[in-house]
Formats: sequence, C-alpha cells, structure tokens
Amino acid sequence: MVSKFVSEPANVIVPPERILKPRRGWGGLGLEQLWKYRELLYFLAWRDVKVRYKQTVLGIGWAIIQPFMTMVVFSVFFGRLAKVPSDGLPYPIFAFAALVPWTFFSSALNSSAGSLQGSTNLLTKVYFPRLIIPMASILPGVIDFGIAFVILCGMMVYYGVVPTWNVVFLPLLAILALFVALGVGLWASALNVKYRDIRYTIPFATQLWLFATPVAYPSSLLDEPWRTVYALNPMVSVVEGFRGALLNRAMPSLTMFAVSGVIALLMFITGVYYFRRTERYFADII
Amino acid sequence: MSFTAISAKGLGKRYAIGAAKHRYLTFRETLVNAFSSSMRRLKPRSQSAGLRSADFWALQDVSFDIQPGETVGVIGRNGAGKSTLLKIISQITEPTQGEVHVRGRVGTLLEIGTGFHPELTGNENVYLYGAILGMRRAEIARKFDEIVAFAEMEKFIETPVKRYSSGMYMRLAFAVAAHLETEILLVDEVLAVGDARFQQRCLGKMEDVSNQGRTVVFVSHNMAAITRLCRRAIWLNDGKLVMDGSAIEVGSQYLNADVGGIAERVWLPGNAPSNTIVRLCAARVITEAGKVSPEMDVRFKIGVEIEYEILEAGHSVVPNYHFYGADGTHLFMALDDKWMQKPRAVGRYRSTGWIPGNILTEGLVTVGVGMMQAEPFMVQFHAVDAVAFYMVDNLKPGSARGGYAGKMPGVIRPKLTWDTRLLEKDE
Repeated sequence: MVSKFVSEPANVIVPPERILKPRRGWGGLGLEQLWKYRELLYFLAWRDVKVRYKQTVLGIGWAIIQPFMTMVVFSVFFGRLAKVPSDGLPYPIFAFAALVPWTFFSSALNSSAGSLQGSTNLLTKVYFPRLIIPMASILPGVIDFGIAFVILCGMMVYYGVVPTWNVVFLPLLAILALFVALGVGLWASALNVKYRDIRYTIPFATQLWLFATPVAYPSSLLDEPWRTVYALNPMVSVVEGFRGALLNRAMPSLTMFAVSGVIALLMFITGVYYFRRTERYFADII
Repeated sequence: MSFTAISAKGLGKRYAIGAAKHRYLTFRETLVNAFSSSMRRLKPRSQSAGLRSADFWALQDVSFDIQPGETVGVIGRNGAGKSTLLKIISQITEPTQGEVHVRGRVGTLLEIGTGFHPELTGNENVYLYGAILGMRRAEIARKFDEIVAFAEMEKFIETPVKRYSSGMYMRLAFAVAAHLETEILLVDEVLAVGDARFQQRCLGKMEDVSNQGRTVVFVSHNMAAITRLCRRAIWLNDGKLVMDGSAIEVGSQYLNADVGGIAERVWLPGNAPSNTIVRLCAARVITEAGKVSPEMDVRFKIGVEIEYEILEAGHSVVPNYHFYGADGTHLFMALDDKWMQKPRAVGRYRSTGWIPGNILTEGLVTVGVGMMQAEPFMVQFHAVDAVAFYMVDNLKPGSARGGYAGKMPGVIRPKLTWDTRLLEKDE
C-alpha cells in the first residue's frame, strides 16, 4: 500500500530507534529514563500530599501526632516507670530527637513496601520507569519530617538545649536513613508483587527494628566493640547522630558511621538490583 | 527517509497459566512448593515435563512493519493477543521471544481514566494524567485551555472528579490523551464507552492525528470503527497473525470467520435444507456484476442468489429472505411474489433478489433463506444464517453519508430525495 507519507519531503527527522526484546541482566539504574520522567516523580508525590490533606481531618497534624504521642508513651513507660537512662538529658527530648528520624524511616519503609501493589492500575496500563513508584511514595514523608523537625526545634528551645556544629551532618544522616528505607523498600515492594504476604510482615519487622535501634534507650548501654557491631543496623548511626548533633552529645564514632554507611549502600544496591531484575514481570503478575 | 515506525519480528509472549490463575503467591506457598518440587525430583521425569505444558502463548511469532503515518487497526476476539501486543509495543511488558523496533515516542490511550484520582479536581487531574502519559508540565500548561475546551469541562474543572459522571470523566481523560504529541499513538477500545456524539469527536480527533503524519495503532472489536478509521488492519487469533492487509478485506474475512457466515454457501444433497417438495442447493451474495463478495458497497445493488431443486411438481414454492443486522435486529423480509399462486415444474431453479443501493447501513448483514407456500400457508424450510455479508461505506460520493464521517445511527440508511426551496429571501 502506498501511504501518503511517501510523498512528503524527505526532511523529516528520523526518531531514534528503541529495540524492545527479552532483557538479560539488570541494565543498571536506568538514570536516563528516571531523569526523563522526573516530573512524574514530582506529580505522584504531589498527588499523595494533596490527597492526604484533602481527605483527612487533621491533615498536617498527623505528621506531629505520631512521633509526639510515641514520645509521650515512651517518656511515661521507659523514662518514668522503667527509669531507662537518657544520657543525662530530659527523657522527652532524648526520645523525640530519635523519633523524628525514626518515624521518617519507618513511614518511608511502610509506604514504599506497598507502593507497587497500590499502583497496579498504572503498572499494567502505562510505561514509565518502575523505580518512580517506590521513590515517589517516600517523598511525602519528607514534608512530615520537616514538620516534626520544627517541633523538635521548639522542644530544644523549651529545654534550653543548644546544638553543636555537628548539625551540618544532619542532611547526611537523613540521606543515610533515606537510603536504608529505599533499599529495604525496594526489596519489599518488588517481593510483594510476587508474594502478597510480604506486606504484612513489614509493620511487624519495623516494630522489631525499632527496639533494635537506640530510640527508647541510649546506645551507651553497650560497650565497645559491641557498639560498633551494633552499627550494622544503620539506623543506630542515624539516630545517635541526630542526638549527637542536636543535643550536644558525643557523635557515634567514624567506624560506626563507616559500618552503617557500607551496610546502607549494600541494602540500596541490592534493592535496586533485585527491583530492576524483577520489574519486567510486574505488569504480568501484579 | 524510509524507516518503519514499528517493526515486529517473531514476537512471542508466554504466560504461565498457573500464574494467570492465581496471579500471585504467598511466600509460604513458595516455600511449600520448593519443598514439594525437590521431593518431586526424586520421582520420574515425566511429571515435571507435564508442568511446562501449563504455559500458554498469548502471542506467537507475530511479525509486521508499520510505516510512519499509517493508521492500523488490530482486530481479534477477546484473548486473541491484541492487548498483549499493545503492552509490548508500549513497553509495559517484555516479549518472551522476538523483538520490536520502535521509532518515536509512544503514547498510550488505554482504558481511559487510569491514573485519575477521585479526590483531586479536574484541573489537578489534567496535570497528573498528563504526567503519567509522559507529558511535560510546561507542555500540559500550554495546552491546558485547549484540553478543557475539547472536553467541554470549563464549568467543572475545579470540581473533584469523584463528582463527575462517567461521561465527564471519560471526556476529560480522552481530551488529555488526545493532546499527546507522540509520534506513535496506541489506542485500546476507548471508543466503546461514551455517548455517540463524543465517540464521533474522538474518531475525528484520531483522524486528525493520523493526518498529521503520526502513526496510530487502534485495537478494537468494533469492525465498523476500524474500517472507518484505518486503511490497514491486522487480524490476530489465538496469539497468531491470521491476516494483514487492507482494513476492508481483513474486516470481511474476520467477520466471515468469526460470525460463521460466508458470502457463498453450497449444500450437498445429504445435508441441504429441504423437504419432500424443494431442496436448497446454494446461496450467494453477489454484486451487480455477478461477482460473489463478502463486502458490499452501500451505494450499489446487492443480489442474494439461491439455487434450488423442485423435487415434486404442482406446488407453489415462494423463495423468501430474511435480513438481520449485526446485533440480530430483523431488518426486513422479502419474498418472490411472482410464484405465489403458480405451481412449479420439477427442475433446478435460480432466483435472485436485488436490494437497491443506499438502503442498508454499514456493518454485518446476515441472511436467512426460506421456502414457503402461501395458500394454505406452509413453511417448507428455513435456513437461518445461510449467508452473510459486510456493508461498507468508504465515504465516496454517492452514499447517504454525503461525506459526513460521523456516526449515523439507525438500522437502515436510505438515501432520500431532498427538495429544498428558498421561499422568501430576506434582504
């Protein structure tokens, strides 16, 4: 058949060719595609934020209530009743300084774990880099984190705590928490596509993880070398780092940071690897 | 400048039936399966070979080339592999075998409204949906007014879409998708919903798209929409490519195979519709020139021709036809009134009934052939669905459409004679 196209002038730009065929290996992060779809990342995160504030009564309040109430409960049971040591700080601010990064981490982990299943419609209908989904699910938590952080600052003023120059490390610590959450979140979300019971294990695992992290108690309860071994849980460095920087306590040792950093990176890289390996069948089985 | 927009080579997609049935497993089940399969390994091989046969090929060895600017329809029954094909081209899923070469951005118009969030306003959803379809924010902002105007949603654009009717929802979603500026547009059954007026505008918009030299792949069961919109069609059945050719040709072949009707049918004496008086031998649909064809131009005369043998002399035998539309509507009945009172001699006869041009509308028509006597009334036999043919309107001059490309409802489409006079001229 002669199409009308043939008669057109020959100055039409030939678009680049994409070859779609069975993929082997993992093909890396796919940064180029992620960059191309960065606005989708923004819009999906923006949607989650908008929807949350439209649907809920308390809206922004939830960002404060969750860590704040946990702090109150911890203060009563661990601080008052069990008399858990708090490095010489008032227990409420000792706990809250840890709960702010912890809540950020646990909500990021929870929302990313269920994110693919929650976007079944999109996955089976439209193409975009699949990594966008768990990544976007984490972003609204950054706002909550910001709000909770403001409350933390308020408490510091109330208790008259002066931060040290170490506050410059806070963004690094937050990024460390983000990497851990994303690493585990990628594993969980991809596994959850195939095995639906993964999602139910996440809240339970987060709870165990909370007690394996010095949120309600100080890591100074442990002596070296066990404290360094403890840093195999990267959240130990994050939480103690927050306390150190903001509440004028000793920072975790460089070795601890190194151990935590390596573990976090390992979690992230294997998470991306597993995700990219399995994403090809997401649309088929989700 | 000879490049193909989409080139599929030996495309295949395999699904595991087990996975399709259960869709997902629990982690526990996998552990149990791993255990039981390691136990099974101790048993003879044959059992594990049996497991492999649970796979099924949604698409198998499909190859075709689509040139830029072509509008290609993909037809086939449910489960024929049409949607799988679109999913592979749009990169939602990977082929198991073969490869597709795609040149240009691909926009997908699948099941409209996917990605809309009910709590957000129309305005917000336009941006969200646009981003999901791969549009840039600046691009959406630039076309925003155009999109809203096309959807006719100016008044409700700040209302949460959960308060929209399904028609409004659809209109807005299509409007966004229709303003995608991708080189290739994939469209899946979107026109199945929505009111007639909107469907017609969607079709019009798609025609615009293909007129701009962009490539459109259109999946549908709706043969009429495909023949109207596409020059070329690809027919899939059970995952295999059955036919690739002009939309009209493929369309009529598809309908023949799918409906079980054919333009010509010949009966052997053993299984012919008959009684002791008369036996049907053949039935066919012919053009004015006498050519048997499953596709008929709406503008021209259509003949339904039957051959039959009178086995017993002295009876009145009146051939009669019943015409049915694609949805089973009984369009009309016709009979050969010359033989009402006339006894017939034994012998072989041929009768042809001619339907004038510009009476039937587009689409499938099936014909039932009967024989009867009038007084006393008696049906000798009636062959339901004896033949079938497909009415086509190519928008050529002379049809009742008069070049109008939109939907023309109704079971028939006669061309009227019009008489319009200017009665009084206002200065």
